[in-house]
Amino acid sequence: MPERLLLTGNHAAAYGAMLSRAEVISAYPITPQTMIVELLSELTASGKLDATFITVESEHSAMAACVGASAAGARTYTATSGQGLALMHEMLHWAVGARLPVVLTNVSRAMAPGWSIWADQTDILSQRDVGWMMLFAESVQEAQDFIIWSYRVAEQVHLPAMVGMDAFILSHTAEPLIVHDQSAVDAYLPKFEPIYALDPEDPRAYGGLVNRDHYFELRYKIFEAMDRAGELLVAAGEEFGEVLGRRYAPLEGYLLDDAEYVIVSAGALTSNVRQAVRDARARGIKVGLLRLVAFRPFPVAAMRRILAGRRKVAVLDRNMGPGHSGIFAAEVRSALFGSSSAPEVFDYVVGLGGRDVRVETILEVLDDLITRDDPEMALFVGVKGLPIGPIRKEAEVLR
Amino acid sequence: MTTGAKYTRQDFQTDQEVRWCPGCGDYTILASVQNFMAEMGVDKEKIVFVSGIGCASRFPYYMNTYGVHAIHGRAPAIASGIAVARPELSVWVVAGDGDAMSIGGNHLIHALRRNINLKILVFNNQIYGLTKGQYSPTSELGKRTKSSPSGSIDFPFNPVSLALGAEATFVARTIDMDRAHTTEILNRAYEHKGSAFVEIYQNCNVFNDKAFIALTGKEERDLNRIPLVHGEKVVFGPDRDRGVIIEGGTARIVSVADVGIDAIHVHDATAASAGPAYALSRLSHGPFGPTPIGVFRSVDRPVYEETLQQQIHDAQAKKGGGDLAALIASAGTWTVA
Repeated sequence: MPERLLLTGNHAAAYGAMLSRAEVISAYPITPQTMIVELLSELTASGKLDATFITVESEHSAMAACVGASAAGARTYTATSGQGLALMHEMLHWAVGARLPVVLTNVSRAMAPGWSIWADQTDILSQRDVGWMMLFAESVQEAQDFIIWSYRVAEQVHLPAMVGMDAFILSHTAEPLIVHDQSAVDAYLPKFEPIYALDPEDPRAYGGLVNRDHYFELRYKIFEAMDRAGELLVAAGEEFGEVLGRRYAPLEGYLLDDAEYVIVSAGALTSNVRQAVRDARARGIKVGLLRLVAFRPFPVAAMRRILAGRRKVAVLDRNMGPGHSGIFAAEVRSALFGSSSAPEVFDYVVGLGGRDVRVETILEVLDDLITRDDPEMALFVGVKGLPIGPIRKEAEVLR
Repeated sequence: MTTGAKYTRQDFQTDQEVRWCPGCGDYTILASVQNFMAEMGVDKEKIVFVSGIGCASRFPYYMNTYGVHAIHGRAPAIASGIAVARPELSVWVVAGDGDAMSIGGNHLIHALRRNINLKILVFNNQIYGLTKGQYSPTSELGKRTKSSPSGSIDFPFNPVSLALGAEATFVARTIDMDRAHTTEILNRAYEHKGSAFVEIYQNCNVFNDKAFIALTGKEERDLNRIPLVHGEKVVFGPDRDRGVIIEGGTARIVSVADVGIDAIHVHDATAASAGPAYALSRLSHGPFGPTPIGVFRSVDRPVYEETLQQQIHDAQAKKGGGDLAALIASAGTWTVA
C-alpha cells in the first residue's frame, strides 16, 4: 500500500532514489542538499535500500564514481547543489558522451561570489548544453516522483537526467508525500538493462579516441536521443498516471483556456504564481499559468501551440544570463520565433539569491505586464530602490 | 617584512558578529591569530587571509585585514595567485580538514611542494562541521557519522605526514586551547620563508566533541603531549621519563630508563632528510595517545615567487625586455600569396 508521510523535499528525493532501487549512490555533502544523501546513507546502512553508498572527496569525484558505476551496469544516483554541480561539470559531459543514464537531484542555490546558499536556478541552467535531461520539481511529491520518471526515460534513451529543486523553499519544506508502493514502482520502472555493461566475458574499450572519424556521429546520436526523450517523457508521464496515480507532462497549464495573459514559471516559485493567477482571476483579469516542467528536452512544439494567440507572456526567471536575458525567457522566445501568432515575451528576473517572490510580487509583475509596451531584453523585479524595469545604466544600485 | 606598526588585538577585530557555535575551538584560534598579528607588526593592509568553505572559512570576516572567502578547496590556489602577483604581502590561508584535504587536497600539496610564501593554517576537527557532522578525511576508521552510519572505512590522512610527503619546507602542529604554543608556532611559520603548513587540532564541540581530549584533558595531556623542541631530546610525560627513539626509520616510544638517555632521539627540525620528521609524524595517527606537538620540519629552499622573479630578471638581462610584435614577425612566419 502507498504510504502517506510528511516529509521535506530533500527527504522525498531520497525516497525517490530508494523507490527507484538505485544500486550505487555517490555523493559529497553540500548545503542545502546534504539531507538527501544523509537519509540515503541511513537507508542503505539499515538495509532498507540495497545499494552501495560511496562517499568521496568532492563533487567531481562523486560524478566520476557515478560514471564508473553506471558503466558497470548499476542504476546510479547522486545529489548536489550550486558550486557542487559546477564542479561536476566536466563529468556531466562525460556521462552524456558515454551515454550513461545517471540521475541526480540538484537543489538549486545561488552561485558565488557573493556567497549565498539560497534559491537561484542559475546553477542548473548553466548546465543547459551538457546534454542532460532536466526536470523542475514544484512540490515535495514531484521531488520524489520526477526521479522515478527520469530513470524511466533516461534508461530508454541512454542519457542522464537531473531533477531541479529550489533551495529551502522546496528542499527544506515539509509537505504530505505519497510514498508509492514498491511493487507499483517496480512495475513502472523495470530493472536497468545497460547495452554495454562492463563485463569481463564480453570485454570492450570505453572512452576511446575517435577524432574526426566518428565524433560528429556520436554527437548526432546524442541529439537524436534527446529528441526521442521528448516523446518518451510524454508517454512515460501518462503511464506514471496509470500505474502510480499521478500524471506528469513536460508542460503544465493552469487556467489557460481563455487566458489572454500567460505567466511562465518553473520550480517551487510556481505555487505562488498559481495563487496569484487565482487572485487576478477574481479581479477579472484573464490570466493563466504555464509551468515549464521539462527544460531539456525543451517542449518547443507544445509551447508554440499553447502560447499562440495570447496577448502577452510574462516569463519569471529566477536566474539570469548576463549579456542577454533570463535563461527561460531566452528559450521561450526562441521557441516562439517565427510563429505568426506568437505573443510578445516579457522577461521578469525575480528572486535571485533567494529573495522572496511573494504572491503580491507576482501580481505586481502582472500589472506591469498589462501596462508595459516595450518588453526590452529583461526586466528586473525587486532590486532595492528600483521599480520593475530594464537595467538603468546610471542607477546607483549597490550603494 | 616587519614594518614596526604598533597594533593591539582590537585592531584586528572587525565589526562582524563572530558566528561559530558557542564553545567552538575556532574562537580560541581567532584570538590567538589576532593577538599574533598585533605582535607581528605587519601593516594591516599588507596582510591577506584567504579561506575556502567550511566553518574555518568564516575567518576572513573576522580579521581586519584583506580577506577572500573563496571556493571550496581552492584557497591555496587563489592564495598562490595573490602571493605570486604581490610577493610583498603576507598571505595566510585558513582551511578546515575537509576543505584542505578532501576537495582541495590537490591544491594543498602543490602549493606546499612549490614553496610559495603562504602560511597555511589547517583547523583539523576531524569532521565536516558546516554540513552538520559527516566524517572527514581525518576522521578515524570506524567513526560513526551521518554519512558513515556503520563506521568509516576510509583510512584517514595524517596531515603532518601528508605535508612532509608533499615536500613542505615547514610543518608544525599545535592545539587550539594552547594559546601560548599556537602563538609560538604562528611566529615560527611567519618567520619561515616559503610555504608553512600548520595543523591546529580544533575541537568541534557540537559534532565531534572531545576528539582531542587525549591532548587537552587535565589528566591526559601531560601523558600524551610529546613536545618537539629543536636540538633537544624527545622526551615527555609528567616526569619526562618516556622518550622516542628512531630505529631503522621508525619512531618508537620507550621508557627512558630502559634504553638510557643517550639513545633518545634528538629532534632536528632542520635535518636535510625529512625522514626523521616523517618517522615522528607516524607516532600517532589521530590524537588518541602520545602525539608529537611542535615544529616537525623547518628547512630552507628557494621560494617560488623569488625564483620566478629571478628567471624573468635573468631572461631580460640576457635578451632584453622583449617585444611581442617583433617575436610574432620573426623567423618562422611567411606570407601566403
